[in-house]
Amino acid sequence: MGGKHYLPLTDEDRQEMLSTIGVKSIEDLFSDIPAEVRLQRELDLPPALSELEAVKHLNSLAAKNKHLNNCISFMGAGVYDHFIPSVIKHITGRSEFYTSYTPYQPEISQGVLQAIFEYQTMICQLTGMDVANASMYDGGTAVAEGAIMGCGATRRSKALVSQAVSPFYRAVLKNYFNSRGLPLEEIPLKDGKTDFAKLEEMIDDQVASVVLQQPNFFGLVEDFDGVADLVHNHKAALVVSVDPLSLPLLQAPADYGADIVVGEGQSLGVPPSFGGPLLGIMAARQSFVRQMPGRIAGETVDSEGNRGFVLTLQTREQHIRREKASSNICSNEALVALAAAVYMAAMGPQGMHEVAEQCLQKTAYARQKITALSGFEAAFSGHNFKEFAVKVPGKPEDINKKLLQKDILGGVDISPFYPELENTMLFAVTEKRTREEIDTLVQELEGWK
Amino acid sequence: MRKAKALLFEMGRSGRQGYSLPSCDVPEKPVDELLPKKMLRTEPLEIPELSEVEVIRHYTELSTRNFGVDTGFYPLGSCTMKYNPKVNEEVAALPGFACMHPCQPEHTVQGALELYYNMEQHLKELTGMERFTMQPSAGAHGELTGLMVIQAYHRNRDDHKRNKVLIPVTAHGTNPATVTMAGYEVVQIPSDDRGNVDLAALKEAVDDTTSALMLTNPSTLGLFEEEITEMARVVHDAGGLLYYDGANLNAIMGYARPGDMGFDVVHLNIHKTLSTPHGGGGPGSGPVGVKERLVPYLPVPLVGKKGDHFYFDYDLPESIGKVHSFYGNFGVVIKAYNYMRMMGAEGLKQASTDAVLNSNYLASLLKKTYYIPYDRIRKHEFVVSAKPEKKKGAGAGDIAKALLDRGFHPPTVYFPLIVDEALMTEPNDTESKETLDAYAQAMEDIAKDIDQDAEKVAAGPYHTVVGRLDEVRAVRNPILRWEKK
Repeated sequence: MGGKHYLPLTDEDRQEMLSTIGVKSIEDLFSDIPAEVRLQRELDLPPALSELEAVKHLNSLAAKNKHLNNCISFMGAGVYDHFIPSVIKHITGRSEFYTSYTPYQPEISQGVLQAIFEYQTMICQLTGMDVANASMYDGGTAVAEGAIMGCGATRRSKALVSQAVSPFYRAVLKNYFNSRGLPLEEIPLKDGKTDFAKLEEMIDDQVASVVLQQPNFFGLVEDFDGVADLVHNHKAALVVSVDPLSLPLLQAPADYGADIVVGEGQSLGVPPSFGGPLLGIMAARQSFVRQMPGRIAGETVDSEGNRGFVLTLQTREQHIRREKASSNICSNEALVALAAAVYMAAMGPQGMHEVAEQCLQKTAYARQKITALSGFEAAFSGHNFKEFAVKVPGKPEDINKKLLQKDILGGVDISPFYPELENTMLFAVTEKRTREEIDTLVQELEGWK
Repeated sequence: MRKAKALLFEMGRSGRQGYSLPSCDVPEKPVDELLPKKMLRTEPLEIPELSEVEVIRHYTELSTRNFGVDTGFYPLGSCTMKYNPKVNEEVAALPGFACMHPCQPEHTVQGALELYYNMEQHLKELTGMERFTMQPSAGAHGELTGLMVIQAYHRNRDDHKRNKVLIPVTAHGTNPATVTMAGYEVVQIPSDDRGNVDLAALKEAVDDTTSALMLTNPSTLGLFEEEITEMARVVHDAGGLLYYDGANLNAIMGYARPGDMGFDVVHLNIHKTLSTPHGGGGPGSGPVGVKERLVPYLPVPLVGKKGDHFYFDYDLPESIGKVHSFYGNFGVVIKAYNYMRMMGAEGLKQASTDAVLNSNYLASLLKKTYYIPYDRIRKHEFVVSAKPEKKKGAGAGDIAKALLDRGFHPPTVYFPLIVDEALMTEPNDTESKETLDAYAQAMEDIAKDIDQDAEKVAAGPYHTVVGRLDEVRAVRNPILRWEKK
């Protein structure tokens, strides 16, 4: 039988236990399942594998995939190939952390609770916000919940979302709003950025949330001057999705008037894992805290006056408020938040600044080199943080096929999400890319006809 | 001796560093040429400066202030805190999985798609459903996805009256919260004297405004809904659908399947039933399976197979769209897949057998000392009521703290709501008889302590790194981040 090493009961144990219970057989313990719904056969699953065989099988599946360790990657669009310090896996691999549940019993969960409290603090320091939660599932669900949070805070129901927000996030947002029957409209683009003149026309006193992204999906840094005033004049909430790793360089969202900051935290030391688990970031101004979804750790004292930490403001949450909760979220991405916290602690302010600046410099270098090639054109003007869109002289799919022959994972084809942007690729350049690798990419593209 | 642990922000020195990066090898330009000046950060980051050793010691000390399944017995009801096999962690961390980008071309991710495809086949067989999506990241996320699918089904049939979802009073809090998220109204169905859903009340409540009934079976009382076939008939006859909350599937693997009970939609908590770790709160994974008539509404993409080639199938015109930026928590699914491959059909059934045996055995031991309402053959969990102990001066919450002092993680307290002073106890399949005996002995000792000095028990715990924490103060005076004094 498979998994015997995970099941400590012996046949002798089982017999003794049955007699303590006062029944004759195991079958008696399942007599409450009516015959008409009992499975009258054994499950039809492949034969059990030993650990050795399982590892071999999983290795063979993994070997069929290309990945960022055996390719040079220029893929981004929300998930990036950043350097991950080795300390992270040694901390998240401590089983006191990863085999624990949500810290409902604070006296034996101070480790996770303090780590979350510190994570919340660092997210606040990055964003300039007053309060952050313990995590959401990913960038997409954080955007959706951020927009809904704006509805709760303003007691309105409509949201406006910029088309410069990741199409992956907008798909989730649209679905959440559609299900709940809430109206959602898209703010169009102007040269790859949110058209704020259009926002001015569209915004009215029904709007709860205005959702933007900085840097936006095309890697462009948008000019948010005056935007918060416009949004606040209509008593709506400004929701901004950020890449936390851009914040060592870019203005803290609080400084340009954001009310709710969301985003994808994968860039903070989290492996891409084919898109999950990721890390949804959620932070806000103090006045929004009662509408905030998810777990929040807070400081308190114990019976002897020592500092300690607990999950707090739980009357927002499903297990207390049930149908009146601010969200249904229960399990979140706590271990990924821990990874992000360890990343920030290890990198420190200089390390994070250095990473952000290298992304900026290498992106500028790559953009200049690629757009100097004949047939390759910057899709938009403006300032790019760590990715940029390029109109290419051919099908992105074909270009990527050619690049793969040299083990290069080229840019993400974004044409499917923006039909008006034919043959357009989004190239991401992180601190991990060397000049040589960028030059190789440029060389390979140069030969393209 | 008890001592608070220093925060990261109270450590370190200016000038220390915990990282090592190569220097920038491309020609550099001034930052304010590359970024708009007015969008530049003005204040430097406040994050502390620490050496690598300080970082490691800080988090290592924090880990010693935490309790996991690897630390000890964790009978947290409805959370199925079973052992998390180590080999699963190892295979999920293979670069060929963990270092894949979600936008890679299909032919470069064949191994990942094959894994998703195989996993779907296994989950279909385990539950009796037609298709699965792996996109939901957690149980509650699965619930929302499931209700969205149900909603799309009704809307597509121009059946717009169905604005209510029925939920038994014993349901997890996520169920009613999800109903609201999906824009529905909650109708609560009471339990009968035996702890099952009150069938008469259900019949009364069902009508042409019923979108679905959400049900956990076995329930949070650990009781199998014996009238499930009749319940399914009642809801289906009224045009409603049945939603299965898979939180308690660990009780019935290989014995019964939600699909055969009449459920139309099911979510699994693979971080419970299929052994993946809970990570101090997550990541989990909540795949959703549906019957044939609901397949068109599942999130895109599904994973298909043509010959030997695996592909993303976006060809679902009626799909609800997406519930996750990409394809869900792939890293978690890998672990559950490995678990299923190692357990096989017989192993999974034995896991459920032992989970149910352990639960009935532990309940038999505890009922010598404690009151267990709805006392009959149960499945994987049971609920102790500490109402008599509460009258003596120490209730469920106090018993929980006394368990901490004896090295056990307590059961889920004050839930389900229909049992006063509830201790929802789930000893799962990976616990030995000796552990259960020791736990029962600890509970008996606590009962004696309450008889002798309830006040003392109510002031515990005594042997944890911090004493009982003041949760009321945390709410009245919220301190949600560290701030420089």
